Amino acid sequence: MGKVGVVLCPCELEGGSSFDPEVLVEGLKGRKDVLPLIHHQPVCSESGVEAIRAFMEGNGLDRGVMACSKPELFGPTFKKALRQWGLNPSLSEVLGIRPIAEGKRTDDLQEALHVIEEGIGEIQRRKPAKGPKTPFIKRAMVIGGGITGITASIDLGNGGYEVLLVDRLPSIGGRMLQLSETFPTLDCAQCTLTPKTVETGQNPHIRLITYAEVESVSGGAGDFAVRIRRKAAYVDWEKCTGCGLCQEKCPSKVPSEFERGIGPGKAIYTLSPQAVPNKPVINPEVCRYFTEGKCRVCEKVCPTDAIDYAQEDTFIEERVGAIIVATGFDLYRKEEIGEYGYGDVPDVIDGLAFERLNSASGPTAGEIRRPSDGRVPKEVVFIQCVASRDPERYMPYCSRACCMYTAKHARLYKHKVHDGRAYIFYMDIRSMGKGYEEFIQQGMEEGILYLKGRVSRLFRDNDHVVVWGVDTLTGKKVEIAADMVVLATAMIPSRGAKELAEKLHIGTDEYGFLTEAQWKLYPVESGVEGIYLAGCAQGPKDIADTVAQGNAAASKVQVLFAQHRNSSLLRSDS
Amino acid sequence: MKIEISRGKVHNEFAQKVEEISGQNLFACYQCGNCTAGCPVSFAMDLGPHQVIRYSLLGLEEEVLECNTFWMCASCLQCTSRCPKGLDIARIMEAIRLVILRKKERLDRLEVADLSEDFLERVPQIALISGFRKFTS
Repeated sequence: MGKVGVVLCPCELEGGSSFDPEVLVEGLKGRKDVLPLIHHQPVCSESGVEAIRAFMEGNGLDRGVMACSKPELFGPTFKKALRQWGLNPSLSEVLGIRPIAEGKRTDDLQEALHVIEEGIGEIQRRKPAKGPKTPFIKRAMVIGGGITGITASIDLGNGGYEVLLVDRLPSIGGRMLQLSETFPTLDCAQCTLTPKTVETGQNPHIRLITYAEVESVSGGAGDFAVRIRRKAAYVDWEKCTGCGLCQEKCPSKVPSEFERGIGPGKAIYTLSPQAVPNKPVINPEVCRYFTEGKCRVCEKVCPTDAIDYAQEDTFIEERVGAIIVATGFDLYRKEEIGEYGYGDVPDVIDGLAFERLNSASGPTAGEIRRPSDGRVPKEVVFIQCVASRDPERYMPYCSRACCMYTAKHARLYKHKVHDGRAYIFYMDIRSMGKGYEEFIQQGMEEGILYLKGRVSRLFRDNDHVVVWGVDTLTGKKVEIAADMVVLATAMIPSRGAKELAEKLHIGTDEYGFLTEAQWKLYPVESGVEGIYLAGCAQGPKDIADTVAQGNAAASKVQVLFAQHRNSSLLRSDS
Repeated sequence: MKIEISRGKVHNEFAQKVEEISGQNLFACYQCGNCTAGCPVSFAMDLGPHQVIRYSLLGLEEEVLECNTFWMCASCLQCTSRCPKGLDIARIMEAIRLVILRKKERLDRLEVADLSEDFLERVPQIALISGFRKFTS
């Protein structure tokens, strides 16, 4: 067994000296199987890497342990360098040492020494990893068919790689499909999104697996084995022509999740008239046949006999080389916010509900009518930072898109209800995107009244929603008898994102957002090679940022695939 | 301390009159406070010029008309020259003065004949001119 080289990096760049290398070297002195090198400058510098090379080569070492405070940053560089020097990277490891606190030096030093000795033992026992047994699979799975997943899939598909696009819902489009218009240009969301969804559906390299969830994932970059549960749609999509007759005739009317509870949906439904794929599913929880045992109207009217009440979940097993996770966001439930009525005040709705209200394809065909009595609201209060920027009670972070979408809502409201008044309660206005600040200022000039302060509570008083807020600019408490209130609730990770992350062995933060390898330099990499993150699954962001991340993740996958030129499974078109 | 605001109050008749006379859009003010910061007489004002705009917009007409801000304003145009939104704040102050001066019933009106000759001799002419404008128009 050869000696193991130990390299210590006393990096002082972040938070003071991370450890005193001399003391650690003392601790390793007795060992004959170890050659320690202390390097007194950041080893991640060019000269640092060169010094390690000289040390390893000069002493004929093929195994090494390096200890530093930021292993996630230097690790990949180190492994790449080893490969260049002709050494096997699997025989070396980069270990993380916690910075040593002034007060408890001895304890921390012992712990650091322990980590290093464990690492040395591990490296000594390790057998050289053999080359990959299977060819590197150049095919990707994208989880989440929102604008992020669509963007990434189209890029990969246009690059010639096969893509499996998995979405939980019956059709792709995600949250953007619910939006009426988008800031700062006030483009119709559907008009910008539909060409993309159609392109996704038509791309010969993209296979849509909708109404499906990832059940399990194993393996690593180049060969992930994935198992996908395709939920029973109770409709044979092969036979279905998407004529829509079943939805038209379905007698059940239930509050629809897609319409945010403000409009009815059918038990057999598609998410939009332009759904891709345009095939319906039956929700067995509300379907009369499934709940009461009779009805079967859809079966009777279907001209192609596509209804199949006996359909069961099926499983799809696939192998892919890389995975992009773009599972998006949910809004913080207004039912959990006591001061705004626990969701019990009917004319208090959230931002996505307002999008549906304002949407031409929504329950009111785009007319602004309040949910309780269908009247056109003349005094509308918008409240920003609901459950955001509230470290004591809700989410401490800024949800990033609400300032802009609230301004958009207020402006669109004013465009439709000329004699109405829009009030926006805000703490700060964050409009950092291109054209965003101009958009906000234009909204103000059009007569939106911005009131700086939070709303402490609201309550129903006859047919008004009374809002108690403050205008800190005048220092006065403000009371408004509103007709409708729109809450810009915090963005939170979508339901099930954490469980999915566990299946993929990637990290999540304390709120359930997926953690990137490093925020500034590796924003779309997960901690696992071959798995990338994009969009709001990683943190709140607007469409422009999310699309940029979708592009970035697709680009990273293509870089990964390009590094494996000799694979026998080449691009699907070659 | 507490104000109730509504469609009727926000941007009410008073605010619209100020806008009409001054030709300025009160909603365009984003309350940066630059006008008040640079005003050479803001130390003597009850409300800063930016507060006057805010109060006017919110329909707090009485509080605006009772403050001394626009009487202190000498139209030096420091505020106007520095407003990042291009509002002519001096014009807004003048507009509020005009709103008061155009009211028919005023308790502070003076009759020149009531002023003693001794007083008229002691007062600087410029003060007389501005005083006449304020109290006799």
